[in-house]
Amino acid sequence: MNENSAVIEISDLNKWFGNFHVLRDINLSVSQGERIVICGPSGSGKSTLIRCINRLEEHQEGRIVVDGNELTHDLKNIDAVRREVGMVFQSFNLFPHLNVLENCTLALIWVRKMPKLEAENLAMEYLHRVKIPEQAQKFPGQLSGGQQQRVAIARSLCMRPKIMLFDEPTSALDPEMIKEVLDVMVDLAETGMTMLVVTHEMGFASQVADQIIFMDEGLIVEQNTPEEFFNNPKSDRTKLFLSQILSH
Amino acid sequence: MNTKSLWTNERTRGLIFQVLLVVGIAVFIAFIISNTITNLEKAGLASGYSFLGDTASFDINQRLIEYSSTSTYGRAIIVGGLNTIVIAILGILAATVIGFIAGILRLSKNYLISRLVTIYVEFVRNVPVLLQIIFWWVILLSLPKVRNSLSIGDSIFLNNRGIRLPSANFSEGSVLVFLVFFGVLITLYFIKRWSHKRQEKTGKIFPFGFTALGLIIFLPALTFLLTDQPIDFNVPTRGRFNLKGGFNVTPELVALWLALSTYTAAFISEIVRSGILSVSSGQREAASALGLKPSLTMRKIILPQALRVIIPPLTSQYLNLTKNSSLAVAIGYQDIVSIGDTVLNQSGQALEVISIFMIFYLTLSLITSAFMNWYNKRIELVER
Repeated sequence: MNENSAVIEISDLNKWFGNFHVLRDINLSVSQGERIVICGPSGSGKSTLIRCINRLEEHQEGRIVVDGNELTHDLKNIDAVRREVGMVFQSFNLFPHLNVLENCTLALIWVRKMPKLEAENLAMEYLHRVKIPEQAQKFPGQLSGGQQQRVAIARSLCMRPKIMLFDEPTSALDPEMIKEVLDVMVDLAETGMTMLVVTHEMGFASQVADQIIFMDEGLIVEQNTPEEFFNNPKSDRTKLFLSQILSH
Repeated sequence: MNTKSLWTNERTRGLIFQVLLVVGIAVFIAFIISNTITNLEKAGLASGYSFLGDTASFDINQRLIEYSSTSTYGRAIIVGGLNTIVIAILGILAATVIGFIAGILRLSKNYLISRLVTIYVEFVRNVPVLLQIIFWWVILLSLPKVRNSLSIGDSIFLNNRGIRLPSANFSEGSVLVFLVFFGVLITLYFIKRWSHKRQEKTGKIFPFGFTALGLIIFLPALTFLLTDQPIDFNVPTRGRFNLKGGFNVTPELVALWLALSTYTAAFISEIVRSGILSVSSGQREAASALGLKPSLTMRKIILPQALRVIIPPLTSQYLNLTKNSSLAVAIGYQDIVSIGDTVLNQSGQALEVISIFMIFYLTLSLITSAFMNWYNKRIELVER
C-alpha cells in the first residue's frame, strides 16, 4: 500500500471516556477507494473510532489525518474534514421537521451555497440512486425505517463526500428492510467510494470489503482480507466472535 | 328492556350519571344565585351594572386615554384595563427575549456564562414575585431626588419619581417619515422575494436580517434629518425645581415591568432549555456531519423542533405574567385590579366589580392561548 494514497491515516490513537480507555493505540491507514468493515462486540470502541474520523468525538492522543487535514482543535481543519466525509447513523437522524427533499438540500443551500433549484435537482438525482424519488415531498415520520435510512444515505451523498462512514446502518431495521439498505450500499461500493462500515452483516462484509477489522476492548485485534478473516482467523477472540455471530 | 338491563348497559348507565351530574350542578348554581339575591336585598344593596355610569371622582396618574376625576367608573376601569394590557405586553416581550437568551446561554459550554445564568435563574425563580416587585420599587424610589436626577446624555433622567424620557411631537411633515417607514417595510418584502430568487439562481445567501434592521432604522432617520426635522423631540431639561418637558414613566410601571419580566424569564429559560435538550443529540451530530455551523444548527435544526415542546408551557407563562400583573396593587400601579378596588370601595358593588375582573382576565388569557395554539398547530410535525 502506497503511503501517499492514504486518505485516512490514524496513528497511535488513544481515547478515554473519563477513566474508561475506549481506544487503545489504534493504527489504521485507509487508501482511496478502499472499503473497510469494522466489527466486534458492543463496547469494543468501533463506533467511537469512526466517530473520531469526523470529529464527532474528540481524541486525546495520537494523530488523525483525513485527506491531508489533521484533526486538531483547529475549526478550519474540522470543517475541511467534514466537507470530505459523509456519515450515516444507526438511528438515521433525519430532520423530522423537514421533508425528504429539504433534508437533502439544507446543507447544499446553507453550507455549499448552492442555488436552490440546482440543489433540488442534485438531491433528486441521489434520491433516484437510492430508489425513492417518489417520496421526495414526504416527511421522515411518514417513511419506513429502510426508506429513512436510504434518505439519510442520499442526504450524505448530496454533499459529494470522498469518504463515507456508516455507523451500524442496518442495526435499527427490520430484516426485510436491511436488504434494501445493503443493496444501496453495495451499489455505492461499486462506484469506488471509500467506505468505513461498522456492521455485523457478515454477508455484506464478505461481498464488498477489502479489509475486515475486528475490534475488542478498544484494540484492533485483527485486520485481514475477508477470505482470511472468515476461513483462517488468527486470534482466538476472533474465532469466538465469529462462532457466536455465525452460529445461527 | 327491563330496569336491570338498563343499569348494566354501558351506554344507558353513562347517560344516567351525566343527567344526574347536570341536575346537581344546576341546583347548586340556582341555590347560590337565589341566596346572593336575598342577601343583597337584606343588606339593601342594589345589584346591576348601572353604577358604571356614575362619576368616579378620583384621579389616575397613568392613563392612555382621556380621563379626569369627573369621568365615570366605567371609564376608570377601562383606563385600568389598558394599563394592565400595557404591562402584560411589555412584560411578555421582555420575558420572551430574556428567557430565550438565558435558556440558550445556560447550555453554553462556557462554564462562567452557564454558571451566571444558573445563578440568575435559581435566585429569581425562588423568591416570591411580590417581594421582587417591591424590591425593584424600593430601589427606584431610592434614586436621587428630582433636583439631583441622574442623567444619561442629558436627555434621559432617572430620579425617585420615575424615568423621564424625551417625548415626540409629530408636526405635519412627520407623515413623510411614517410613509418612508412603511415604504421600507414594503420594500423589505420585495427584497425578501428577490433574495429567494437570487438564492435559487446563484446560491448566494443574502444577509436579510441585518439589511432589514439597517434599513428600518436608517431610512426613516435620514428622512427625518433631510426634511426640516418634522418630529419635535421634547427633550427634558433640568428646571430650577423640577424637570421640564419630556415624558415620565412612573417608578411603579418600571418596577412592575422589571420584576415580572425577569421573574417570568427565569421560568421561560428553563422551558427553553428543556425544549432544546428534548431534541436528540443525533440531530446535532447529523447537522455537524453535514458541515453545519453550531449557530446555523441551532436556527435551522434545534429550535424549530424545540419550539413544539416549548410553546405549550410558554403559553402558561404568558398567562401567569398577565395574571401576576394584578400584584401591581401592592405598589400602587394603577392596573385594573388597583382601580377596580377603588371603584369597589366607593360603590360597594363587590360582585359586579369582581365579575368584571374575571371576565377581563379570562378574555385576555383566552386571546393569548388562542393565538399560541394557532401558532403551535402551524409548526406541528407531520407524523403519518
